[in-house]
Order: sequence, then structure tokens, then C-alpha cells
Amino acid sequence: MTKLQPVAPVKKREPITDTILLMSITIGIFLGMYVIAMLAFGGGFLKPQQVFDMLNENAFLIIISCGLTVVMIAGSIDISVGGVTALVAMVGVMILNGSLLPDPAISGGTRIFLAALAALGIGLAFGLVQGALIAYLEIQPFIITLAGMFFARGMITIISVQPQKATGSIIEALQQRLEIPWLGSPNRKGVLIPAKMEIGVIIALAVVAVIFVLLRWGKTGRGFYAVGGNRQSALMLGINVRRTRFLAHLISGVLAGIAGFVFMMHTGAGNATNATAAEMNAIASSIIGGTLLTGGVGNVIGTLFGVLTLTTIKSIVVTSGLREPWWQSITTGAMLCFFILLQSVVLSSRGKKLSLPAWLLGASGRKAPEKL
Amino acid sequence: MSGKPKRKGSFFQNNAQLLVPLIALGLLIIFNLFRDPGFFSVELATNNDGNPVLQGNLISILNGASELVILAMGMTLVTAASGGQDISVGCLAAIAGSAFVKVLKSGPEINPWLVLGGFAVCCAVAMLFGAFNGTLVSVFRIQPMIATLILFTCGRSIAYWINGGATPTVESAIIKAIGGFIPGIPVPTPILIVCLMGCFFGLVFRFTTMGLYMQTVGINQGAARLNGINAIGMKLLAFVLLGLCCAVSGVIGVSRLQLINHETLLLNVEMDAILAVAIGGNSLGGGKFKMVGSVLGAYVIQALTITLYAMKVSSTDVKAYKAVVIILLVVLGSPVVKAWFGSLKNRLAARKSASNAGKEAA
Repeated sequence: MTKLQPVAPVKKREPITDTILLMSITIGIFLGMYVIAMLAFGGGFLKPQQVFDMLNENAFLIIISCGLTVVMIAGSIDISVGGVTALVAMVGVMILNGSLLPDPAISGGTRIFLAALAALGIGLAFGLVQGALIAYLEIQPFIITLAGMFFARGMITIISVQPQKATGSIIEALQQRLEIPWLGSPNRKGVLIPAKMEIGVIIALAVVAVIFVLLRWGKTGRGFYAVGGNRQSALMLGINVRRTRFLAHLISGVLAGIAGFVFMMHTGAGNATNATAAEMNAIASSIIGGTLLTGGVGNVIGTLFGVLTLTTIKSIVVTSGLREPWWQSITTGAMLCFFILLQSVVLSSRGKKLSLPAWLLGASGRKAPEKL
Repeated sequence: MSGKPKRKGSFFQNNAQLLVPLIALGLLIIFNLFRDPGFFSVELATNNDGNPVLQGNLISILNGASELVILAMGMTLVTAASGGQDISVGCLAAIAGSAFVKVLKSGPEINPWLVLGGFAVCCAVAMLFGAFNGTLVSVFRIQPMIATLILFTCGRSIAYWINGGATPTVESAIIKAIGGFIPGIPVPTPILIVCLMGCFFGLVFRFTTMGLYMQTVGINQGAARLNGINAIGMKLLAFVLLGLCCAVSGVIGVSRLQLINHETLLLNVEMDAILAVAIGGNSLGGGKFKMVGSVLGAYVIQALTITLYAMKVSSTDVKAYKAVVIILLVVLGSPVVKAWFGSLKNRLAARKSASNAGKEAA
């Protein structure tokens, strides 16, 4: 089960799968967009710090998008992630600033440890309950995770109506930025200002790497593709479909918990309106990255670039002088529309074996390659 | 709404899916009666203008659910025909409301013709956006949730843009009558509008094959096409009708407050509308549907909210309690639990007959 593709006796080039094709389109468009932004606006876009700012700002989004990618590949959906992120951030901040566990004997380091533990615990709890209800009671995932979102959002205000803020050395320790000495841009005096990166970014990139390995080589990960592609066939192949779907939601829940901790590290504040519409941004990122909501197709590397693409669009809109507040989301919507239509056209033309340039179809020629 | 069967015996067999929302409504009513026997009392009072108006929790449930009920009707059609959900209904209602206000603001004063024109324009705008969603779904075969994610992302900004970044107010007796009470009629106007929409869909289902065709397309698009049903057209029609529903509920929402606030008008209503469809026992995967179920589901949601408010739960905390009730409801309605209950019933019946047989033998 480690490989779904048939192994050909004669070694030949692997056909380009839908997953790879959609991902490379996204990466190409992202790079093209970024280069155009560099040429057109110069300035900020030329500095490496711009990329790291995008990562710093969106580390939590990358993590929850990874979770959503896994869930979507398995043919399900999880819209509770934004709520869970906000709930975890709230609880974490309250542990850090002593509103929860107001025992002065607990040291700062212990508080951070407890906050991380709470983050994982809350995420795990949401993943367990939602996964069990969806996989074993066969309830529609949309409804269960919607209820999960309501529950998380409601719990935030039940825990604390007031916005909470963590101050002092604890949060400073968490918010410290790592300098990358060999990457940066010179300031006016010609001194190299190194690019700065938050700890959250490392966590996010580690999550991307782990999920990538899991999806590419892990038995469970291959199971997600199989279950999402066709549940009936997966069942006949001997895959435990229920357990696979359960695991997908479990992973998404845990990742939402981690994302909440990263979000808290970035903002140091707990608020009922934190991470609003993060679930929709995460879904949009996954889609732009080439994951299909129907399941069976997707890749976390694409998702990473999906997040970056969304962010780049926003910063291009801001830089290009469209300062009215509505332009940002209107352009994002238009861009989303473009990507969605592109995917639809590309996939349907591949399915119908219509005329696409040969290089797009790869070595497989006109044979429609199977879904990965 | 959909015709009720005449024979009493077949009612539960034909409407088994309505059991969950009906039981939920019943439980809510019983709970409220125990908590406060006067919860459902309705009284005739006079408002500030000296007109007779009905007041009470029951009326506020029926009145407050109006927008949700109308959206749930449209959502049922989209769910049935396309097997997916439209998550842009709240944004579409905001766009429609903005267009409505824009037209009202264009004239020197608000007269009935202007209101009618505004309504026509906002219906046209909303149906156009509905057609956009519908085209993406039917022609380009994009999943409905993804296709409508586009409008979900930028819909409220478009509404903002229509009114040039302002949140204008429209104060007029006509608008007040639409959102509140028509002088002389004690029933809130939104309830009457819901009845009108219900009659509209009821007549459409009664006299056309639209409902049947939409079901067919939702169950198997290929088979529907082979039987000569225009599958693409049916999906498109469902989205356009949902656009109409959005326009109507947007107008109600604007009239209630007599202002358009693109950020808060019907916020998060899309989730509630989908929930109403699901609570009503309709499959979110498309196919067979009962619009009555969705309407009941919408009233269940509103009754739950009002009950929680009456129990002094703050408006921000309501979500958490609502979530628990929703989970309980869907767990009860889940196929696995239903099958378990079914087998339990069989086992009980078997044991009973066995004991009866034992008695007879004795």
C-alpha cells in the first residue's frame, strides 16, 4: 500500500498526476506574480524580509491549511479550525497571563509548557469528537464541524468576554525573532539587515514537512488519497475507511491546536474575533494549491504556495495604491475565481483527452493518467 | 408547501424525515412550557403609532426566523439539484440590500413606485449573481461550496462598494411597514412575506415538474440528462431561485433596521441556512428533498435561539449551547443511530413475541 501506482516492468517517466499538475500551476503563477510585483513595485518586494513577513503573518494559516488539505484529500471538510485556533489562543493567553491557574508559584517556563499542552489537548479533543462522530456515526462532516465552530466560538466568550493580553517576559520570549545572518537586505548605510523569522514559521514549515512525508510515503497518507478518491474502491482494497477518515479529522484537530498556539505566539492576545474566517481562507489556500474538495487530489506543498499566493495578492493590492477597503477582498475573490476556473478547465480537458499541448500531458501522451 | 397526504396512516411513512425537526420543536415547546408556562402567550397590543400588533415569544420566533426560512427554502433547492451548498447567501443578501438602498436613495423621496423599482432591481442583481454561481456549478462543474466561496470572499466588499463605503439609512413609512407592521394588520409583515414565498414555491411544486426534475438531477445527473431533463438548466434555475430568496430576505433585513450595514446584515446566516436544511432531514448530498423540513428546521434554530435568550444566555455565548443541541440532533438523526434503534425495536419485538409464545405454551 505504500505505492498506489502500478509498477511498470520497464522504467519510464511517471505520468504527471493531477496533483502535481495543479501544484506546479500554482507555484508557477505564484512565482510569476511575485516577479511581476518585484519589477512593477520594486521596493519592499525586493527584500527577502517581505517573504518572511508573509510567513510570520500567516504561520498559523499555513498550519490549519495543512490540516484542511489532509481532510479535503480524504474527501471530507473541517470548518471548525478557525474557531479552535481562536479558542486555543484565548486559553493559551489566559494561562500565560495568569487568568487561568493564578498560582504565582508556577514559573514562566511551566506556563508556556502548560499552554502548549492545553493547545494540543484542545485540538486533540476537537479532532477526536468530530472525527468519531463523522467517521463512526456517519454524520455529514459539514454539520458536525460547523457545530464545532459554533461551540469553539461560544466557548471563547464563555471563558472570557474581555479580550485578554499576555505581557512581559514570557510572551517576549515566545515572540523573539530568529535572525538569518546570510539573508537580508542592506540598509541605506550599506549594513546588512538580516531577515527575521518567528519561531512559529519554523513550526509551520516543520508541519508542512511532516504532513508532506506522511502523505507521500506514509501508509495512512496514501490511505487518505484512496479514501478521498473513491471510498468504495478503498474499502475493497482493504483500507479501513472509517479509521482513515477518523485519523484525517484527528490530524486536522491537532493541527488547529498547534495553529492556535502559533497564533498566540504571534499576537499575544486572546479575542473572540481572532482568526475570523480563517477556515475559509484555509479552504481557499488549499484550493489554490491544487487540492480538490471532491477528495483524492492535493498536496501540502501546493497549499503552502496557496497561502503565499493569497498573501501576495493582498500585498500587491495594498502596494498598488487601491486603498479603498473593498479592493482587497474583491481582487482576492477575482483571483480565486480565476484559479477555480483554471483548475476546472485543466482537469476537464485532461479527462476528455482534449487538445492540450503535449508538454502539459507529460510522457503519458493522450492516455488519461489515473488520479493520485 | 408540498402537499400533505390525505390518509392519516401514511403521513409518518411519507414524512419520516420530518420526525427529527418535529421532535426537536416539540421538545423545545415542552421545555419552555415547563420553564415558564406563559412563554407562548400571545397578546394583542398597540404600538407607538396606535396600530394593533401581536406580541409574544411565539411571534418573535416566527418573525425573527423569516429571513432564515426564506433562505432555507432556496438552499433546499440548491442542495437538492447540485448536491452542494451555497455559502454566499448572506453576502448575496447584503449585495441585494445595498442595491435596494441605492435605488431608494436615488429618488428625491421614497414613494411606493420607487420601492417597487428598488425591489425589482435588487431581485435582478441577486438573480444575476445567483446565475454567476449557477454557471460555475453547472457549466464548469465546480463544487458548489468552492464556486460560492468566491462570492463569500468578496460579496460583502461588493455591497460596501455599491454604496460607496457608506452605510446609509432609509427612513420611510413604507420601509417601516415592510420590516415591521402594516397599519391595521396585527401580524408582522415578514411573516406574511414568508407565507407568500411558501405559497409561491407550493404552487410551483404543485403545477410544474420543477421539484421532481431537481430531485432527479440531484440523484443522478447523467440519468436525468438521458431522460431529456436539462440538467445544467435545472441547476442554474436552482441558483437563480436562491438569488431571488436572497433578495427577498435582504430587503426584509434592510427594512427591519431601515439601514444597510454590509458587514452585519444577515451575518453567518449561510451556516444557519445549511443547518436548517440538514435538520429538516434533507441529505446534503442532494437528491430527494422536502422543503417543509427545511422550513421546520429554520424555525427549530430560531426557537432554540429565542429560548436561550429567554434563559438569559448572552448573545455571544448562544453559539456554544446551540452547537451542543445541534450535535445531539444530528447524532439522533444519524444513520448509524437510526439503525441501532431499528435493531433495538426488532429485538424488543422478538423478545415480546417470545415471551408471549412462552405464556401460550404455559
